[in-house]
Amino acid sequence: MDLQFSDEDLAFRDEVRAFLKTNLPANLLDRSDRGLHPIKEDIEAWQKSLHKKGWIAPNWPVEYGGTGWSLTQKYIYNREYFLSGAPQTIAFGLNMVGPVIYTFGTEAQKNEYLGDILASNTWWCQGYSEPGSGSDLASLRTKAERDGDDYVINGQKIWTSFAQHADMMFCLVRTNTECKPQEGISFILIDMNTPGIEVRPIIGLDQDHTLNEVFFENVRVPAQNLIGEENKGWTYAKYLLGHERNIIARVARSQYQLARLKKIARLERRGTGLLIEDNDFRRRIAKVEVDLMALEAMELRYLSQDIAGKKLMAEPSVLKIRGAEIAQAIKTLTVEALGPYGMVYEAEDQLTMRNDGPLGPDYAHGAMADHLYQRAATIYGGTNEIQRNIIAKLILR
Amino acid sequence: MDFELSAEQAMLKDSVERFIQDNYAFSQWQALAGSDLGYSANNWKTFAEMGWLMLPFAEENGGLGGSVVDVAVVTEALGAGMTLEPLMSSVLLGGKLVEYLGDEIQKEAILGAVAEGTKTLALAYGEPAARFDLSFAETRARKSEAGYVLIGRKSVVLHAASADGLIVIARTAGEADDVAGISAFLVEPDAPGLRCQDYPLVDGGRASDVFLADTPAELLGEEGTALAALQRVIDEATCAVCAEAVGAMGWVLEVTKDYTATRNQFGKAIGDNQVIQHRLVDMFTAVEEAKAITDMTVMRVAEGAENASAQVSAMKAKVGEAARFVGAQGVQLHGGIGMTDEYPIGHYFKRLMALDVMFGDTAHHLNRFAETV
Ligand SMILES: Cc1cc2nc3c(=O)[nH]c(=O)nc-3n(C[C@H](O)[C@H](O)[C@H](O)COP(=O)(O)OP(=O)(O)OC[C@H]3O[C@@H](n4cnc5c(N)ncnc54)[C@H](O)[C@@H]3O)c2cc1C
Repeated sequence: MDLQFSDEDLAFRDEVRAFLKTNLPANLLDRSDRGLHPIKEDIEAWQKSLHKKGWIAPNWPVEYGGTGWSLTQKYIYNREYFLSGAPQTIAFGLNMVGPVIYTFGTEAQKNEYLGDILASNTWWCQGYSEPGSGSDLASLRTKAERDGDDYVINGQKIWTSFAQHADMMFCLVRTNTECKPQEGISFILIDMNTPGIEVRPIIGLDQDHTLNEVFFENVRVPAQNLIGEENKGWTYAKYLLGHERNIIARVARSQYQLARLKKIARLERRGTGLLIEDNDFRRRIAKVEVDLMALEAMELRYLSQDIAGKKLMAEPSVLKIRGAEIAQAIKTLTVEALGPYGMVYEAEDQLTMRNDGPLGPDYAHGAMADHLYQRAATIYGGTNEIQRNIIAKLILR
Repeated sequence: MDFELSAEQAMLKDSVERFIQDNYAFSQWQALAGSDLGYSANNWKTFAEMGWLMLPFAEENGGLGGSVVDVAVVTEALGAGMTLEPLMSSVLLGGKLVEYLGDEIQKEAILGAVAEGTKTLALAYGEPAARFDLSFAETRARKSEAGYVLIGRKSVVLHAASADGLIVIARTAGEADDVAGISAFLVEPDAPGLRCQDYPLVDGGRASDVFLADTPAELLGEEGTALAALQRVIDEATCAVCAEAVGAMGWVLEVTKDYTATRNQFGKAIGDNQVIQHRLVDMFTAVEEAKAITDMTVMRVAEGAENASAQVSAMKAKVGEAARFVGAQGVQLHGGIGMTDEYPIGHYFKRLMALDVMFGDTAHHLNRFAETV
């Protein structure tokens, strides 16, 4: 066992750190620092500059535009990236559908889509969940029927994050009803400008618009947009989930946000003193920090097992559960740090129309929005209950 | 010993529940929360007609002489509807402070109108650096020949924008953290040198930061005597808040039970999974604990028990923790729709979060209670 990185790895770390420090735009950092969603144009511009640097898709194979870094380097990059405060790159193209396309797609599909994903020319959304199919995703009913060279799609998706920005959707559709549910699902790519698609907003607890319903009425999608084989979509969808693993624990992001919490506690006045001097509050920050350390240690240990070629089973679910819980704990404490101002919340579109200054201290802005949004961390991508079911199946045999 | 409601209290509870049923469908709540005023002037009239605004005042002040127990009966039932009317700010905070502190002329001039709902008050006691400490005040009162003027900033003043009169806590002597030297003042909403920054709260409520720059003010009662009365008012209001939280938690529990019984995944109701059942049991237990400690504390406060203030902190710590847990689990067990603005459960989560913060969060009250250990 050895915790030290090699000299080359350390040099690499310094290079990444220096690049991020010089190039991360201030307005993007400010929003990310507060926990606010990036503005579409800003995150696209930032992704384009990462692309120019060649670092936009570290996990992709070199032949498709990846970096060729070792697992350790990828880990270091990811860590430095989030410790810089940078917002997560939009995962739908880069972390989700991109790997599916280069793994299972045709040459034509690779040529058509991968370049634009790397260059952030297209915005993708994920059309999995349906009103009746959330945790039980395999029960999905949105139907795709073959008609000549097209599939004709009818049905509805829900909770489709950022569909309002999307040019393309990767979508799970039902192509066979006469079999086990998992065996009648296909994975298809849909141009969001196709006639018959309607996107309706769903406003969230934070009063922000990130979620949508997407309706399909006789939407004609060329059969060449099917990924792999018909009725094999479930396999591709599961493959995709494995690819989110490197960001699932969000250790570095949580470390960054924990540092921000400490900063707030050092500024927040508590009578003649400061909040950070309150032993009870410090203890509770310490508790989250200890939890976060264990999470980091688990992540490192799994990384090292991964490098050694051991197959990971329940581990990603462990990381997802604890990662989400710890992120939520940090956001809860951040709002709590604000004292009575923790009750204050105004939706951003209203807030930006004000000319009478921030509500409470400037650092309060964003804390509640992120706290509210992060309640979903234990719901999306497989709820914490479902993750526990998965672990139980794997370890209790 | 008796935890049961009296016949009058049961009637009071019924009448509030009927009001909620008729006037607080979620769509009605949404419309009010989004309106300019932030609540319904019509509902407010009903509050007055039903006597809920008179309830806590002594009979000699034009009230019904109701106890904190009676008030808790009302706020618990209101909690289920997430009501938005300024009962707390105008009656339980502003009005009660006038009753405890004001001289006869002031009580005469103010309380009747407050109890009838024709005048609303807001109590500006908090400050940016005070967190939840009632005796910490940097806002100062200066006495001149013309009377007092106030200088400072008060924070998160509930319903200040719609109030017909403000009561401002300010220091007439001593340093910011001295226990002595705290006074209360009446301030007209159009007083010179008064500026309000109005904003919504996370739970649909309204509040303001109040900036005072040589703002003329009338002393309420006598100089330097406000702290004990303020502590008493906040203790009693904390009872009302805890009862409100119990009502809101009860609603969350019922709705979540219903939802998990009807939402199907994997070919059965999600509530058929034992893990969901245990979670609901934990929520139920939290509500039971919260209800019991609230009832007990409210009765102790009504009796004027000696250590009532510490008991209030114990209650608030317990109820605040329960409120957070029940609210968060309500959202979690609803899955995606728990995260939406158009569905009520998330708003109850937010209300419960605000109720935890109001008059001191769990941590504050646990620290305060720990001093008695
Ligand atoms: C902010 C946000 C963004 C999202 N983005 C997307 C997106 O971009 N694309 C997309 O396709 N989807 C997206 N989703 C949907 C998300 O994947 C689903 O919400 C999630 O899978 C849960 O499904 P559900 O909402 O239908 O809840 P349900 O499945 O109805 O679950 C409700 C509750 O029951 C519990 N439960 C269900 N089954 C069991 C069981 N067998 N045992 C124990 N407990 C159980 C769940 O854990 C949960 O607590 C998003 C959701 C949110 C909140």
